[in-house]
Amino acid sequence: MIDTALVLAILVSALRTATPLIFAALGELVVEKSGCVNLGVEGMMLVGAVAGFAIGLTTGNFALAFLVGALAGAALSLVYGVLVLFLMVNQYAAGLALTILGGGASAFWGQRWQGQNMRGLQPVEMPGLSQLPVVGSVFTRLDIMVYVALAAAALIAWALLRTRLGLVLRAVGENHDSAHALGFSVIRVRFAAIAFGGAMAGIGGAYLSCVITPLWIEGMTAGRGWIAVALVVFATWKPGRVVLGAWLFGLVSVMQIHGQGLGLAVPSHILAMLPYLVTILVLVLISRDATRIRLAAPGSLGKAFRPTA
Amino acid sequence: MPTRRTLIAAALGLGLAGAAAADEPLKIGFVYSSLIGDAGWTYQHDLGRLMVEEAFGDRVETAYVESIDGGADAERVIRQFASQGYGLIFGTSFNHMNPMARVAAQFPDIAFEHATGYTQDTNLAIYHTRAYESRYLVGMVAGMMGDSMGVVASYPIPEVLRGINAMTLGARSVNPNFTTRVVWISTWFDPGLERTAADALLDQGVDVLAHFTDSPAVVQAAEDRGKHVVALGDMAQYGETSHLTALVYNWGPYYVERTQMVLDGTWETANTWEGISADMMTIAPFADSVPQEVRDMVMAKKAEIGASEFHPFQGPLVAQDGSTKVPVGEIPDDMMLLSMDFYVEGVEGSLP
Repeated sequence: MIDTALVLAILVSALRTATPLIFAALGELVVEKSGCVNLGVEGMMLVGAVAGFAIGLTTGNFALAFLVGALAGAALSLVYGVLVLFLMVNQYAAGLALTILGGGASAFWGQRWQGQNMRGLQPVEMPGLSQLPVVGSVFTRLDIMVYVALAAAALIAWALLRTRLGLVLRAVGENHDSAHALGFSVIRVRFAAIAFGGAMAGIGGAYLSCVITPLWIEGMTAGRGWIAVALVVFATWKPGRVVLGAWLFGLVSVMQIHGQGLGLAVPSHILAMLPYLVTILVLVLISRDATRIRLAAPGSLGKAFRPTA
Repeated sequence: MPTRRTLIAAALGLGLAGAAAADEPLKIGFVYSSLIGDAGWTYQHDLGRLMVEEAFGDRVETAYVESIDGGADAERVIRQFASQGYGLIFGTSFNHMNPMARVAAQFPDIAFEHATGYTQDTNLAIYHTRAYESRYLVGMVAGMMGDSMGVVASYPIPEVLRGINAMTLGARSVNPNFTTRVVWISTWFDPGLERTAADALLDQGVDVLAHFTDSPAVVQAAEDRGKHVVALGDMAQYGETSHLTALVYNWGPYYVERTQMVLDGTWETANTWEGISADMMTIAPFADSVPQEVRDMVMAKKAEIGASEFHPFQGPLVAQDGSTKVPVGEIPDDMMLLSMDFYVEGVEGSLP
């Protein structure tokens, strides 16, 4: 019953499932590295989804769709930025408010797009990779954004560790008072990080409404924003592990569904739990060194910054 | 999620109440669990509301509130309707049951109607549709257009099991070797997951898809892969060639009848469970690809069900394990249907 074609189909489906999570979680990772926890990922994904769908449907240009989706997510994240950076609102409360605001705003703007059908972003053939034996066909069935997500992870990992920008970002997140004393603008760095996080969440949302299910329905992210937030923590703020966790989550999600289709005699409730269980378990196991977690976790995470002088 | 439009809607309700004219039309309130959109559960209830407006014109005045999931929100909206002089209030989601029962107890002079629940009162009627009758018909279409079906299902409750079994029976009545496989995704709404499940079933080689979940994601999957789908609610705009037909809830006739009763002063509580015979269930127009003889057969069976000459679960009804659930020549009673907890022959896999 299980043949190569089916295994490859599972792989393709898993990679697609993981992609919106990778985008959103990478964005949240950068935000948290700057010292802020933004629980509004779900809301930012939703506005990204509706904006991306609207542009994709009206122009057919998906590069523009993802760009506008990113802008929409970033625009919404500015609300959070103003609340926590200037008004010193509790970060968790502000993030939750953003999720509710994003859900409502996207439903409001999305009314005229609800029920419209669209031909989504189509797969591209990856030169070179598609010539590989056995697995080659996988690389003819994936869209460009799957690779963009991977490139974004590599770029962010490199930027965080190897560039001055990354160093400043980490310094601000690690100890905002010291960074401030050194003359860095904590507010400016965090504001930029928050906007970047919003843009990435917006792209993740647009991936849902332009690729996976090319349509807009209110609340269509169905909790993926929360999975992204959890991924960042369980991946101990490491981009590589975010990607690994998202892939694992996608793979187990798809496999449990295939298992049911093939008549696996396990209660579906337990199968539905599996993706969460396996992802958490694996990520916790590979990052169980407490000292390393403390080093990876931004020291000022969740704390409000009040400039002293 | 439910709170956001409530305030606006409540304000709207207030405006409507204030505008009530001297000759007092009957005010009818509808509580919806989601947005009306243009397909799906709430959309079909709203078509019923529009049918009431069309049937009674100036004699009625309708209002609705969208995206009310249940709990305190639902109770507030229902109470608002009740205290603003609404004479007939419909709650359209299972989750409205307890709030509605609480408010109904406090407003004995108002007629309340609740869909899909089981709590009845002297002024709280309950109503539901025999969706399995239409499921049987769309199953027949699936059986004539393919040899296997993949079902994206939500939760293993009797309502869903009746649907899976009815589709399988319908398909096997025209194609004895037809098989059904089921994937449970433990949610009514998650477009991404619905799509993943649909893709998985297609990857495993099924010919026709069916679904119990709310979004058109399953229809899009079938369209993308050049396969067929029998949908839940008319979703033809998402599947130009794949959308064979769909089961369609038709609440209008019931709403019109109950409104007439309130206007006549003859309304009383009831427990309504009707289907094709009362025109509360039907099926969507066939796709061009469905041959005429298939349409004829299905429409003939629809007429038989409507005339109570045929029951989708009439004996012999054999469960997956080979045991006989309904003997030859017998019709199952409603209790058995309402507590259905088995797969029929032809469904693969075991019940979760």
